Amino acid sequence: MPHGMNATLKRIMPQLVILAIVLLLNVLVFPDFFRIEFQNGRLFGNLVDVFNRGAPTALLCIGMTLVIATKGIDLSVGAVMAIAGAVAASLVVDGHGWFTALLGALAVGSLCGLWNGVLVAMLRIQPIVATLVLMVAGRGIAQLITEGTILTFVNEGLIHLGAGTVLGIPTPVLIWMGLGAFITLAVRRTALGMLIEAIGINESSSRFAGINSRVLLVSVYLISGFCAALAGVIVAADIKGADANNAGLWLELDAILAVVIGGNSLLGGRFSIIASLIGALIIQSVNSVILLSGMPPEFNLVIKALIIIAILVIQSPTVKHALYILRASAQPIQPFEKTEREEPTQ
Amino acid sequence: MIRSTHLPLVITIATFVLAFTLCAWQYPSMLSTRVVANLLTDNAFLGIAAVGMTFVILSGGIDLSIGSVIAFTGVFLAVILRDTSIHPLLAFAIVLAITVAFGASMGAIIHYLDMPPFIVTLAGMFLARGAAYVLSTDSVPITHEFYDTLQSLYWKAPGGGRFRLTGIFMILTFLVGVIVAHRTRFGQNVYAFGGGQATARLMGVPLASTTIAIYAVSGGLAGLSGIVFSLYTSAGYSLATVGVELDAIAAVVIGGTLLTGGTGFVAGTFFGILIMGLIQTYIVFDGTLSSWWTKIVIGGLLFGFILLQKGLTWATTARKKPATDFAAQS
Repeated sequence: MPHGMNATLKRIMPQLVILAIVLLLNVLVFPDFFRIEFQNGRLFGNLVDVFNRGAPTALLCIGMTLVIATKGIDLSVGAVMAIAGAVAASLVVDGHGWFTALLGALAVGSLCGLWNGVLVAMLRIQPIVATLVLMVAGRGIAQLITEGTILTFVNEGLIHLGAGTVLGIPTPVLIWMGLGAFITLAVRRTALGMLIEAIGINESSSRFAGINSRVLLVSVYLISGFCAALAGVIVAADIKGADANNAGLWLELDAILAVVIGGNSLLGGRFSIIASLIGALIIQSVNSVILLSGMPPEFNLVIKALIIIAILVIQSPTVKHALYILRASAQPIQPFEKTEREEPTQ
Repeated sequence: MIRSTHLPLVITIATFVLAFTLCAWQYPSMLSTRVVANLLTDNAFLGIAAVGMTFVILSGGIDLSIGSVIAFTGVFLAVILRDTSIHPLLAFAIVLAITVAFGASMGAIIHYLDMPPFIVTLAGMFLARGAAYVLSTDSVPITHEFYDTLQSLYWKAPGGGRFRLTGIFMILTFLVGVIVAHRTRFGQNVYAFGGGQATARLMGVPLASTTIAIYAVSGGLAGLSGIVFSLYTSAGYSLATVGVELDAIAAVVIGGTLLTGGTGFVAGTFFGILIMGLIQTYIVFDGTLSSWWTKIVIGGLLFGFILLQKGLTWATTARKKPATDFAAQS
């Protein structure tokens, strides 16, 4: 499928360029950024850290991309993370094994997603409002499970999910890459992805075309809840405790931002999970460049905001259009085709 | 006969009255002026910010930055009063100018760069919170005699309730908000905007200036809310008022405003604020309930009101159908 590969590469090119620029900034402030060492059976290095620390956002943005592709939004993922972490921790504290805890957390997360999906698809409530309900109530529910305390645990198996390694690679990295690859294949090797895009572009006409939009809508919110639960378990396992107040706090905003930086429109339609994942890496690299630069920590948020505004402005429809016009008027069309034809021979 | 558009407002008010009666029935001391005065004072900053949020939501947008703007205002006031000798009133004017300009520039980005309000105000949220961190990461106390004067101004009602300046200020803001929404061209433009951008443009609503004005109003009211909050706490802290935007959105929705824009009332938001304040007061009175029940109850209320609105829209459109069919036939 050389043509498909080219199309994907062309789609994610802007994100790759931005990621490269941000990584370059990292090298500028910290020359050893790309050095990776192998110690005590695990990989160490700043680049590994970016991939590892970005895991929760990356996991969230997999589900969020699908939800946004249907013209929806899921504000509840941060709260679902807190609920899932609380469920996993309380199951482990009650003496269950780590696998039961993981399954329990994933089941509860999927249930939360199902609730959102039913509100959106069956009761026809606007996604932003429907998921706001769980966003507001979710942390209360999580606190109900942990009874207002930070539930700590010492279960090796569960901790391994957040802080352990498999073949030297941190487990969270493997989890988000695996899930990302699986869902990308699932939506792109079948017609599912196209059907989801059809719903986002025009739900009524997609239904007239025979697409079972209700089931699909419920499933994308369910997947989002599942991803959020997985992220919640990883965060809880990483700190060996479930913090109902702070686990996943504002992470829904980072996830939405990752999807938007990934070039996906909030108005639904065409989507790319790979581009969103690169968006999540960009956000984490921005965090990393601020930390490594040794700037006073109080400047972190301002710099992050300014970098994000810059990225968003570059990608905004108006600026994109202006750039397109500029390029079209500055260059004749022929050299454009030439370079494209030369690419496969390289 | 109550018009269907007014029904959510009536139901919100009825819910508040019913809830208050139930609370008062269980704890008769809830009827004191003290509780009522505290209800107003404790929710003054939230109420003022929620007025701005109502306008934004009526126009079909959303403003996620207000919590951060409130925190920024508080820190800015605290730092400027600590480091310079200018009069607080001048400081108020400066900070209001900053927040209005901040809101207006978000509106300009939304309109001219054609970007969704959700993302633009999200970036604004990071920026305002970050600016507050840059000014100070510590909680800075405000000790100015003018602040003491403002705080000592209250009307002591029979029964011991102290109606403070800030609570009265919130009520005034709501009154002005109601008048602006229903009696001015700007208010009508906001409603038209929420009804549909394309339609609004065809009707001659100036899109650019209206968008900028809506977010400027929201930013300015968030600034005002920050001033009130700094009077309430006598300090500026960059970690304060995290998530206030969610409380404001919840109050607006409970108040009967549709998040799709175009329908709703500023007055409804006032009762939305009171209902949320009442839940907290009830939890304090009860003493055995944990504070997280506030979140769960507010989430449940949100759900109830959304279902109610859904039911109403469904019922009104179902009733209208024969009429349009008739019109089509004739």
